Amino acid sequence: MKLAYWMYAGPAHIGTLRVGSSFKNVHAIMHAPLGDDYFNVMRSMLERERDFTPVTASIVDRHVLTRGSKEKVFENIICKDQQEKPDFILLTPTCTSSILQEDLNNFVERATRQTDSNILLADVNHYRINEFQAADRTLEQIIAFYLDRTAEKIEKTEKPSANILGIFTLGFHHQHDCREIYRLLTDLGIQINQIIPEGCFITDLKKIPEAWFNIVPYREIGLMTALYLEKKYNMPYISTTPMGLVETASWIREISKIVDKNYEEYIDKQTRFISQAAWFSRSIDCQNLTGKKALVFGDATHGAYMTKILAREMGINVCCAGTYCKNDGDWFREQVQGFCDQVLITEDHTQVSNMIAEIEPAAIFGTQMERHVGKRLDIPCGVISAPIHIQNFPLSYRPFLGYEGTNQIADLVYNSFTLGMEDHLLEIFGGHDVKTVITKNLSTDENLVWNREAENELQKIPGFVRNRIKRSTEKFARSKKIKEITVEVMYAAKEALSD
Amino acid sequence: METLKFECETGNYHTFCPISCVSWLYQKISDSFFLVIGTKTCGYFLQNALGVMIFAEPRYAMAELEEGDISAQLHDFDELKRLCLQIQKDRNPSIIVWIGTCTTEIIKMDLEGIAPKIEEFIGRPIIVARANGLDYAFTQGEDTVLAAMAHRCPEVSALTNTTNKCIPPLVLFGSLPNTVAQQLTRELEHQGIHISGWLPEARYEELPELGAGVFVCGVNPFLSRTAITLMRRRKCRLIGAPFPIGPDGTRAWLEKICQVFNKTPHNLDERESNIWKNLEDYLSLVRGKSVFFMGDNLLEISLARFLIRCGMIVYEIGIPYMDKRFQASELQFLEKTCQEMSVPMPRIVEKPDNSNQIQRIRAMKPDLVITGLAHSNPLEARGITTKWSVEFTFAQIHGFINARDILELVTRPLRRNNHLNNLGWSKLVNEKSFVF
Repeated sequence: MKLAYWMYAGPAHIGTLRVGSSFKNVHAIMHAPLGDDYFNVMRSMLERERDFTPVTASIVDRHVLTRGSKEKVFENIICKDQQEKPDFILLTPTCTSSILQEDLNNFVERATRQTDSNILLADVNHYRINEFQAADRTLEQIIAFYLDRTAEKIEKTEKPSANILGIFTLGFHHQHDCREIYRLLTDLGIQINQIIPEGCFITDLKKIPEAWFNIVPYREIGLMTALYLEKKYNMPYISTTPMGLVETASWIREISKIVDKNYEEYIDKQTRFISQAAWFSRSIDCQNLTGKKALVFGDATHGAYMTKILAREMGINVCCAGTYCKNDGDWFREQVQGFCDQVLITEDHTQVSNMIAEIEPAAIFGTQMERHVGKRLDIPCGVISAPIHIQNFPLSYRPFLGYEGTNQIADLVYNSFTLGMEDHLLEIFGGHDVKTVITKNLSTDENLVWNREAENELQKIPGFVRNRIKRSTEKFARSKKIKEITVEVMYAAKEALSD
Repeated sequence: METLKFECETGNYHTFCPISCVSWLYQKISDSFFLVIGTKTCGYFLQNALGVMIFAEPRYAMAELEEGDISAQLHDFDELKRLCLQIQKDRNPSIIVWIGTCTTEIIKMDLEGIAPKIEEFIGRPIIVARANGLDYAFTQGEDTVLAAMAHRCPEVSALTNTTNKCIPPLVLFGSLPNTVAQQLTRELEHQGIHISGWLPEARYEELPELGAGVFVCGVNPFLSRTAITLMRRRKCRLIGAPFPIGPDGTRAWLEKICQVFNKTPHNLDERESNIWKNLEDYLSLVRGKSVFFMGDNLLEISLARFLIRCGMIVYEIGIPYMDKRFQASELQFLEKTCQEMSVPMPRIVEKPDNSNQIQRIRAMKPDLVITGLAHSNPLEARGITTKWSVEFTFAQIHGFINARDILELVTRPLRRNNHLNNLGWSKLVNEKSFVF
């Protein structure tokens, strides 16, 4: 037993359901007790999904405990098959059903004989793997299920083409990333063969081998499928994530090797003139970020690539880079080696928050949990990875990948740090003046005279905090019945407020 | 004459897991600590359903079962003892509540057997509530906790019993926010009835005395196990009344208690009609509109009864579980309300099937569907106005004063849609994709 308050990755069946409900016309039936269909709420709320989530529960209750699911699962499968006519039904075990040890495969076989749908039992162990691993495994399982039964001769597309493996429902900015990859590939003259699984029909899976190669944007989900396709159809795959300028370039070079075209001119133009990120790193704004301390924590993909962007492309000092994807720890270590002072691989959020408290970075790039830790410690945080809340499903176009992604990341980094700096300056010059309203006017100079010296001093304070400093100094002066504000008064005010 | 119709469907419906009760109970009982003994699935539900509360150093945690626990390679007793010692050290609560889950049921972990031994060892009470999804839905979680807690209330002392011979003690049960509990207490005091305590109180150490001769009365419709425990195990006498939800319900509830205590209720007529008068702006919005309850929190009967009194027409009352004995007065009151308002009796569907319900909603086109979050957005996209049902469990809805809050919730989607009405895009999916 483990005392736990919070977890980074969800239970296995969430991963399986994310795969199932990303496909079109696929229905998932969970073998679960009442209340375990919380996935539907998440999809309906976080993704603001307009359609009913194609997931139902075959409820495990007292009767099932005493007599077994027997007819129940079977009937639920037949019923869904008739109601909705899905192409495919995914029977999803949960942690509860996995200890019941019922022969769910038997139900699947029986139901297959009586329906037109294909039915598959997701093969995941709830006590050994998490959401991401389960999603990875289920995607491979479904694709193998279909490809193993198509023996037709495969013809490659005439023009170079690629499959994108691993765009999911409830994924961190997946929709935007997918659009950005699409745009990039179009620029490179490469067709998209299939996007899997989001919005994909199961009946189209047989076309997968027609593509020249596969793209796996996130290493958490999709690698197993890519490996399977490589083994079975000799399809090459690219597992580099095109996140940040350097890695986007190496991603394009990998493609260039496969399709045997030269893209150097395109990379150069995009990097120097189309994307603003390269110029941003050179601009004087970015100079101020040099050597600032940051901490990065997230899934393996976003954690590693963000670390590299901060260190290599912006000159920021990443004191600690970490991930909760323990199963991918070795890869992570290898990736961030030389880009950060230390590596933290843990699933325990208290360890991460202790690390943050110890390092006191100027900014954090992490998950929603790190954002809350940041709030408590007054450190700004940019969210770069799941687990996420509804505000991380923006309506506007916000990719993290490709050239537009580099712009988005630059904004995210810059905004996090300037906010941090503003706060810091406020503290130096007397804090936020929000507790008491002195007068109706923002600033009042009735009876108060600023002498020339003090006026000059005031002008030295950065514009965005100047008015607040002015007000707090005046408030102090009024409380001390001081008529003329001198530099001494200003400093006395600052001193009094910092007590 | 028409009577209420009861039906029962497949039970394939969406609701919250009963372990969600820790979210309001740990806040109500301020010196408690809730330990949910379950898997990652339970933890994931809690952290997503409770959102922001997770980050505020909550007084609850998961005892996450690992493979070794399931296969009995680890010893339950040692594991739980270790965790409880840690909780005691870190948080020092007056009571630890163990919430048993589906997994502890299936592997038959003997929580009730282990608890007394660990309790003795750490020197503070541990109570066990089996709030699992195999047996219960959502708010019934609170019922299991309060039923377990009823055993821990001190026995009513002979002294209190004899001094107050003419006025027997009255204990109310059901967890309400402290202000609402205070409001109901005062309503009774206006009628000259003094309450000797609440189950639960704001602190575990303040639990009320129970025993033979003590009257008890519930404030929420989902507390049937607690009621049975109080009657059978603690020999209390249950006052069966409609629940104090809506001004009509509050009045009926007060009248019933007055009747038991031989008091003539005074001022209630005026009080109720004043409240109704104040609601007029909302009532004009809801009059003649139709409602469909999909059912997920057991408040449905009382809410439907109130909304019918407000002039609405209820098509269907879905409800997870219907205890006809505990809710007898409320059901009678519902029937009477329907007759007085001359509206057809709604059908009451126990253990509903959401998929069938969606078909019925499609056919009936109600003006408002009260439903869980899983269905809200998809129904809205199809031009059907919805209200998120869970809000009724977290909002203050009891007593005369809070009647406005119920209507605030019910009318919010209607008001919002009135604002957006002229834009011409109320249906935001293709017609053919109405079905699941």
